[in-house]
Amino acid sequence: MADLHFLANPARFRRFSQRVLPALWLITALAFVIGLYWSLAIAPPDYQQGDTVRIMFLHVPSASLAMAGYLLLAALGASLLVWRHPLAALMARATAPVGATYAAVCLITGSLWGRPMWGTYWVWDARLTSFLLLFFFYLGHIALSRAYDDSERGDRAAAILAVVGAINVPIIKFSVDWWNTLHQPASIMRLDGPSIDPLLLWPLLWMMGTLALLFVALVLMRTETEIDRRRLEIVENQD
Amino acid sequence: MGFGALFLRDLRLVWRRPGDVAVVLAFFVVATVLFPLGIGPETNLLARIAAGVLWAAALFASMLSLDRLFAADYEDGALDLLLLAPWPLELAALAKCAAHWVVTGLPLAVLAPLIGGAFGLDGASLVVLALTLLVGTPALSLIGGLAAALTLGARRSGALLALLALPLCVPTLIFGASAIETTATGEGFWVHLAILGALALVSLATLPWAIAAALRQAGE
Repeated sequence: MADLHFLANPARFRRFSQRVLPALWLITALAFVIGLYWSLAIAPPDYQQGDTVRIMFLHVPSASLAMAGYLLLAALGASLLVWRHPLAALMARATAPVGATYAAVCLITGSLWGRPMWGTYWVWDARLTSFLLLFFFYLGHIALSRAYDDSERGDRAAAILAVVGAINVPIIKFSVDWWNTLHQPASIMRLDGPSIDPLLLWPLLWMMGTLALLFVALVLMRTETEIDRRRLEIVENQD
Repeated sequence: MGFGALFLRDLRLVWRRPGDVAVVLAFFVVATVLFPLGIGPETNLLARIAAGVLWAAALFASMLSLDRLFAADYEDGALDLLLLAPWPLELAALAKCAAHWVVTGLPLAVLAPLIGGAFGLDGASLVVLALTLLVGTPALSLIGGLAAALTLGARRSGALLALLALPLCVPTLIFGASAIETTATGEGFWVHLAILGALALVSLATLPWAIAAALRQAGE
């Protein structure tokens, strides 16, 4: 926790981020090279789905990270509302578009995967519908935080929205258990352990880590930009 | 004491301008009438889609009057007085949402079965339609109140309000419409109605605090 307090000062955060980002981008790029080769070339085709199973290596991590991103938005929102953490607002502004893009990637890759697997691009089952709602919550957060001339108003309003909308994330996770859905039930985070073959599990976990690194790198870079933008706004408003 | 005063004051304001309420109800009627005109008069089809269409139109109609819910008080300074008052802002939020429900949700619950009859719904479904709207519209008023408080003073607040409120209203819509559909097939609707009631109670237990937080940051 002491580390988080250390980084609460935006200027200090910016110096930290500028030191860390180049190395982080390099590691992310390497992880991508390894991960893409592993998932596209080395991992075996599924006995039922053939090579289309490789969409999973992009679809599943982007889904998990979109949900985790929204929980991050909710945590940052709570941090802003309760402790008035100075960086929380800027990082929330930075995270929302990244999370929304991951959600969009998940929806698009899922749709492309659904066509050969289920015969349809879309179906209104519980998991797809609740995940689409998550995407709309992201859009609402982005629109609300930028709807005010006074940015701090927008940040606080969006923080309240993020906290209220966080209830959707457990609903998505358990939707395949609570309703009869077309979408596949949980294969990894189960009480009995993963039901997916290790040859497919390990590249999936690697891609999960890679996309997580990408998420972090993008958020750090965008937070730097938000700090600069907020400074500019303060200077402009002084006149 | 304060709750009653604010609640009655809002009702009195609407009483002086009944046109505001009439517009919302007229929109509901016009919006629902568009569907038979667009899709065709085949009764079986209309009866199938009636539940969803009526509930969705009720959602849109509720959204219409929301952006004025707090905006009038925000502009003339009454909101500042409420913020400074020594009684809980949460009760004020609840009073305003309750007044909104009385002038929007309640008339919709009475009006919708009349439109539902025109869609070819049978008697039991009409009763369930009225019940689900009665139970579900308080949640819509509370969620809409939250969206209204969050968008106070924002640019393009009308469309933004709908963008924020409608995803939050989706569970209410799903269970409200499915209750009516299960009645048509003869299965029990009580489960859906119970979940709808649970949604309304959860909204009642949590949203006044969220609305109050939004009003406070709007007043700063």
